[in-house]
Amino acid sequence: MAIQESTPSALEACPTELGPHSHSSQMKHGQSNRIQNINTNNEKVQPLLKLDRISKLYPGVVALDKMQLTIMPGEVHILFGENGAGKSTLISTIAGAHQASSGDMYFAGEKVLLHSVQEARKLGISAVFQEFSLVPQLSIAENLFLGAEPLRAGLLDQTANLTAAKALLSKLGFELDAEQKVAYLSRAEQQMVEIAKAFRTEPKILILDEPTASLTEKESDRLFELVSQLKAKGVGIIYITHRMSEIRRIGDRITIMRDGKYISTLNVKDTSEDALLTLMTGRVIDKVFPKVAFHPTSTALSINNLSTKDNSLKKVSIEVKRGEIVGLAGLIGSGKSELLRACFGLEPLASGSVHFNGEEVTGFSPKQMLDRGFFYNSADRKNEGLAMNRSCRENITLASLTTQRFSLGLFLKRFKELKECKDLAKKLQLQPFNIEREVENFSGGNQQKVLLAKCLTRDVSLYVFDEPTVGVDVGTRTEIYQLIANLCESGAAVVLISSDLPEIIHLSHRAYVMYRGELKAELSGTNINEQMLLNHFFERECTL
Amino acid sequence: MSTLTNTSTTPSTRKSFAFYAKYLFVRLGVLPFLLLAAIIIFSLLSENFLTGRNVMNVFRQSSYLMLIAMGQMFALLTGGFDLSVGTIVAITSVVSAIVMSTLFSLYPDAIWLSISVGALVGLFVGTSIGLINGIGVAIFKVNPFMMTLGMSSVGFGAALYLTGGSPVYGMPMDFSDTFGFGKLLGIPAPIWICFLCFAALALLVNWTRTGRYFYAVGGNLKAAQLSGINTKKMLMLAYMISGLVAAVCGILLTARLDTGEANIGASFPLESIAACVIAGVSLRGGVGRIGNVVLGALFIGLITNGMNLARIESYLQTVVIGLLLIFAVIADQLRLKLMASLQD
Ligand SMILES: Nc1ncnc2c1ncn2[C@@H]1O[C@H](COP(=O)(O)OP(=O)(O)OP(=O)(O)O)[C@@H](O)[C@H]1O
Ligand SMILES: [Mg+2]
Repeated sequence: MAIQESTPSALEACPTELGPHSHSSQMKHGQSNRIQNINTNNEKVQPLLKLDRISKLYPGVVALDKMQLTIMPGEVHILFGENGAGKSTLISTIAGAHQASSGDMYFAGEKVLLHSVQEARKLGISAVFQEFSLVPQLSIAENLFLGAEPLRAGLLDQTANLTAAKALLSKLGFELDAEQKVAYLSRAEQQMVEIAKAFRTEPKILILDEPTASLTEKESDRLFELVSQLKAKGVGIIYITHRMSEIRRIGDRITIMRDGKYISTLNVKDTSEDALLTLMTGRVIDKVFPKVAFHPTSTALSINNLSTKDNSLKKVSIEVKRGEIVGLAGLIGSGKSELLRACFGLEPLASGSVHFNGEEVTGFSPKQMLDRGFFYNSADRKNEGLAMNRSCRENITLASLTTQRFSLGLFLKRFKELKECKDLAKKLQLQPFNIEREVENFSGGNQQKVLLAKCLTRDVSLYVFDEPTVGVDVGTRTEIYQLIANLCESGAAVVLISSDLPEIIHLSHRAYVMYRGELKAELSGTNINEQMLLNHFFERECTL
Repeated sequence: MSTLTNTSTTPSTRKSFAFYAKYLFVRLGVLPFLLLAAIIIFSLLSENFLTGRNVMNVFRQSSYLMLIAMGQMFALLTGGFDLSVGTIVAITSVVSAIVMSTLFSLYPDAIWLSISVGALVGLFVGTSIGLINGIGVAIFKVNPFMMTLGMSSVGFGAALYLTGGSPVYGMPMDFSDTFGFGKLLGIPAPIWICFLCFAALALLVNWTRTGRYFYAVGGNLKAAQLSGINTKKMLMLAYMISGLVAAVCGILLTARLDTGEANIGASFPLESIAACVIAGVSLRGGVGRIGNVVLGALFIGLITNGMNLARIESYLQTVVIGLLLIFAVIADQLRLKLMASLQD
């Protein structure tokens, strides 16, 4: 804290030699003099944004506790912290989406009080929020210019709107049809629209809250290019991510927070991954990915020449055995998610067949598939996964109420339900630990935990995890991977659909790569590596 | 009901009165306070208000709205409405009265047979209208507002057509004596029946799978579907329950009036939705507690009764009820804000 107050204009640099437990404030205090000296050349530069002792209270939770942050022009500043640490809350405050309970915010040296996102935008603060703010019934073009529609003689100018939207999308290099309704877009595509929205005006500060959580490499690369262009123009960028590789790749400085409190601000160059993890969690994490034993037994799922009516799948055949984890990789729209959705009865089929545990189940409904032990865990927790205004407990047991475990004839075993949910929440380290709270009041990563918990309450022989760690912090991700490993080792079949390559590489025994609705490759063993996977992500001509 | 059970959860720490009030407000919502305020104000305005007889009267008068509101809650929970509850009351009244009086005139000895057959036919008709609503909403994806509004017109027309616009007489005396004016242990029959319905529905909604599924369907239809829930069935069931309970109310009102009337129930759709909203049922679906809904209906009954006793003009009464409804919704928003300042 002493750092921020004494040298508000200086870039701090904390040395790297942070031992596992040495992030105490005395230490920073002791070093503050040294830091001042290091950065004398930066003293002239005024910070774009400075937050001073910002606190935010939610019902029953202190989401931010005297948090501080300084953003310099032309830097990419990473916000790092566990799920529920308060990162999203902090940036919502900066972006004017809600007001802090106390504390001050200075924009270019002047104290400001933002009442709305519009006000923030006028100042030049644009944000891409973790939860989307798109109107599904409107087209992409209309969404992009929502609140700033081009007018002609006081009336909407649809053509100008469309042209401007197309220009914006092509400038950003996003392959989206501006006239399409947002309701028909996948999560990743919606994410791209959100990003485009933030780029509509020329921002002075751009905030990105886990923007790559549902993007694949290609779109992410594009985003990073855009970010570095903005950076060159002197824009300050606040970037929230749980991915270590991204921190390395684009981050200049990193601020770590825990439980709503400021922990430390470091130069990314001078830090190690372990030090960051320790600062973030307050404990030492040895390895992220577990080693999963490989004992494949009988075939659980076999898909034969499956095609869907909308052509998102073209004659795909795969097989999944019990006791193995099968990774499914590919770009957005490659059909990797659609394949398993189709088996679960969510996409209309055109031809082909699906066999599950020896039984033909082509075209069965979700309910029938669930009863047979096939669990699909959706990638879109807000729209498909969770009833946001119901409690955690009710969400966790929703898919299992028909089983003996929670039902006695007509009636629910509510005490049993309570107990089992508590156990699960403890196992997944739900934060805050209150299973009666509505899901919408949890942070993004914690919502994801609730979604995962859903499939752990009944007997399942095939688990399909569609982007299971979207927005989950590294500490918890370790737990989730361990959980998936345990499921597999106890004899279940697991399909892991993921846009996060390390996940596929480290966890799967076998991996399929999809490309434009077709199966492109099957990899196994040591062949599952980044080079091989990426090779199949694009068309053959495209060399990487 | 929830007022009584929840007051025991006050914090043990000694705090100021204001803190307690705030705590209770956040905990219980605005309804208990409104009820309390109404009771105090009306007992000051009229000395007859707080007499045992009048209290019983309020309960009896409110029991009809309580029934309707409980049914309405199911439609609201799934994220819909039921605007046809008034019509269901009317057509149930007409149909059961016609069946009862016809049977009774054919077999004057079979009093209870004609009463039960008449009542069953009424219940069947009410539930069927609910089923049609449900089919429209669940299968044909008609907006619940339009579907139930349309059915309400159909039902009202049918009821008028069946009776030619005049009341139906000639039901057995026992019907009205038992269900309209009868008492058990000093408590009027409608209250008993309302209580039984409450008990059954509370059990359904809190302790069965079906009940849980209503909340899930209203909370997130797609998520419910992916969790293996037959969402179409749940939607249909919600409107059928609403129809069934409205039919019960229709039969009770018929007994009270001793005639089958096509012109009753017009105010029920609005009042039942109001009772639910005051009780904290979300219009977007997925949120609501049945105990509070009963209190909400009681509150509206109380206000009407109090204003009658205080001789407030009936036109003004409508204004007051409307204002109170808006006030309750605003107070609920305030409650959410206050929650933040109370750390527990
Ligand atoms: N609307 C809300 N009502 C009540 N509590 C909330 C609300 N939004 C967030 N919180 C709480 O505030 C805390 C901080 O949440 P926030 O969303 O800022 O976390 P985060 O750091 O962004 O986490 P994640 O990495 O999971 O996205 C959490 O404990 C969360 O439960
Ligand atoms: Mg967040």
